[in-house]
Amino acid sequence: MHVNLFEVAMGAVASLAVPFAAMGVAGKPVDTPRLPLAETVEIAATAIDYPLPGEFLLDARPATAASMKIETPAFRIMKRQVSLADYELCVADGACRPADARPNPLDVPVTGVNWLDAEAYASWYSRGTGVTWRLPTALEAAVAAGERFGGESFTAQADDPANPAVRWLRRYREEAAAKRPPDPEPKPFGHYGPNSMGIEDFGGNVWEWTSTCYERVTLASDRKTVLSKTENCGVHVLEGRHRAYMSNFVRDGRSGGCAVGTPPENLGFRLVRDNDFPLIAWADARLRGLLGQHSTPF
Amino acid sequence: MFTRRQALLGAAAATMVAGALPKLASAAPVTEAEIAALPRQKITLVAPPFVHAHDQVATSGPKVVEFTMPIEEKKVVIDDEGTEFQAMTFNGSMPGPMMVVHEGDYVELTLINPDTNSMPHNIDFHAATGALGGGALTLINPGEQVKLRFKATRSGTFVYHCAPEGAMIPWHVVSGMSGTIMVLPREGLKNEKGEALRYDKVFYIGENDFYVPRDEEGNYKTYESHGESYADTVQVMRGLIPTHVVFNGAKGALTGDNAMKSKVGETVLIVHSQANRDTRPHLIGGHGDYVWEEGKFANPPAKDLETWFIRGGSAGAALYTFLQPGVYAYVNHNLIEAVELGATAHFVVEGEWNDDLMKQVVAPSPITTN
Repeated sequence: MHVNLFEVAMGAVASLAVPFAAMGVAGKPVDTPRLPLAETVEIAATAIDYPLPGEFLLDARPATAASMKIETPAFRIMKRQVSLADYELCVADGACRPADARPNPLDVPVTGVNWLDAEAYASWYSRGTGVTWRLPTALEAAVAAGERFGGESFTAQADDPANPAVRWLRRYREEAAAKRPPDPEPKPFGHYGPNSMGIEDFGGNVWEWTSTCYERVTLASDRKTVLSKTENCGVHVLEGRHRAYMSNFVRDGRSGGCAVGTPPENLGFRLVRDNDFPLIAWADARLRGLLGQHSTPF
Repeated sequence: MFTRRQALLGAAAATMVAGALPKLASAAPVTEAEIAALPRQKITLVAPPFVHAHDQVATSGPKVVEFTMPIEEKKVVIDDEGTEFQAMTFNGSMPGPMMVVHEGDYVELTLINPDTNSMPHNIDFHAATGALGGGALTLINPGEQVKLRFKATRSGTFVYHCAPEGAMIPWHVVSGMSGTIMVLPREGLKNEKGEALRYDKVFYIGENDFYVPRDEEGNYKTYESHGESYADTVQVMRGLIPTHVVFNGAKGALTGDNAMKSKVGETVLIVHSQANRDTRPHLIGGHGDYVWEEGKFANPPAKDLETWFIRGGSAGAALYTFLQPGVYAYVNHNLIEAVELGATAHFVVEGEWNDDLMKQVVAPSPITTN
């Protein structure tokens, strides 16, 4: 995604324009909301034990992800993943690229979409509803997934400091053991059922994009203090049965996997609905976007 | 049915046999009675990548080695999208099983075409001499069987495949009907100095190129029978671009739980066949210590190869001793075919890491600025 000067200017104008919301941004009238609001589930403020996404090094060797208790404020997230039918509306409007979805009935989640597609849909849907929608952070996805949160299914811990192959072989076996028969056909909504919070279909055969960037972190021996960190926002975190990392342009989970491993079957997404003060949220999202995008190559 | 071209090829082959006579001159003409007096051994074939038990060095004189192979037409799944494919198989597997004999042995094959099949089939052994490799003597209809005997006069790894006639030949081959016979020198494998080479394990990797038709929406089509798939499949075949290039009959067939297993210090012989199309095996992170690219053991092996070339219509053999533990990908090093079309297998190798051979000196960390 290009963060160009135009967007910078828009962001600045937007933050100034808050008191004059009715006037719209940069002289352009705000679109009249015309799209129905997707059903959302309110997730209460909570704190969870959360394995941080990314890759971790300790004493120059791969280490288990740092896990910590993290608090999240309440938020609202779509009950269902974005549907193929809704995504097609965005395509018809010229704001989204056609998905690489298999030919399907429309009441299935959209699949074959990359991170850039998900972002494009979120901003189109925000414009169309007058409410700010965005991808969840990986933490929000974990909270909303509840008991279905997969996180790091396979520990990255280096088992034997003198023999890196011990870890490669163990992971290979774990992934082989977790391998399922192929079942890539997207299922109708509700096929995988709701979790305890009423979120439908999480952990099915559609992995969900988040707004969290991939990071490589070097930890101190207390396993908490960060000695150094490299963020790569050309790769984002997906949550599903297990956590995955994919380049922003990848639409097919199977081709985005590494040489050895069990890649996701499908890539899709659901959105978080931010507060209902659209311009504040919009400006906020823009600014956060700007801050978060410094290393994005697109 | 012989075509004019096949007749000409036959004539050329006859001329070549004359040229090869000095090699065979030492062997006195053998009578049926003498062959009948030879010891017989019955082999039960096993599905690839494994190979039936065999001696690397012959422990006695020539014998008659008996094999039985039923042909099975069946629907199989060839990728992780669940694409169904109308396969034709020797012994139920793609590739067909690897047969092992010694030079000078007689191969006696009973080929069975059960009446549950729909088409005539036969077998052409590249290791055999005459009659289109045996193809002209083995064409059988569903409900028939035939017994062929040929003498294994040349050592090496050789493809066998179905070759009924005309347009059926390539179609049957790219539907899965190929395999390999390994004819070992009686004294076993040798390096360029004539010193003995041995393997602890042998793996047979058959590479298949598949040509699966797609519908208007780009999805792979499935067919109720081989006959219904034929016309569409030939159209894809004529484009010469496979939709799948796989090892052992399906994408990922030699990965995960089915990855090939070895350990540091173990020597493996990897036999690789491609009955239709050129390929170039490569062991990522390893090498070919001794490689018979053409697969023929009378020639000295090449040494220390990174990638080896297997001509379409042949089988080659590579000997390698694993030196580091880990997960090795064994690929067709046309990497598009390896990753996009499926030509990747894995070796899972246990053992102690050797820091002298490789070590990560500094782990990934932010770039240091001076």
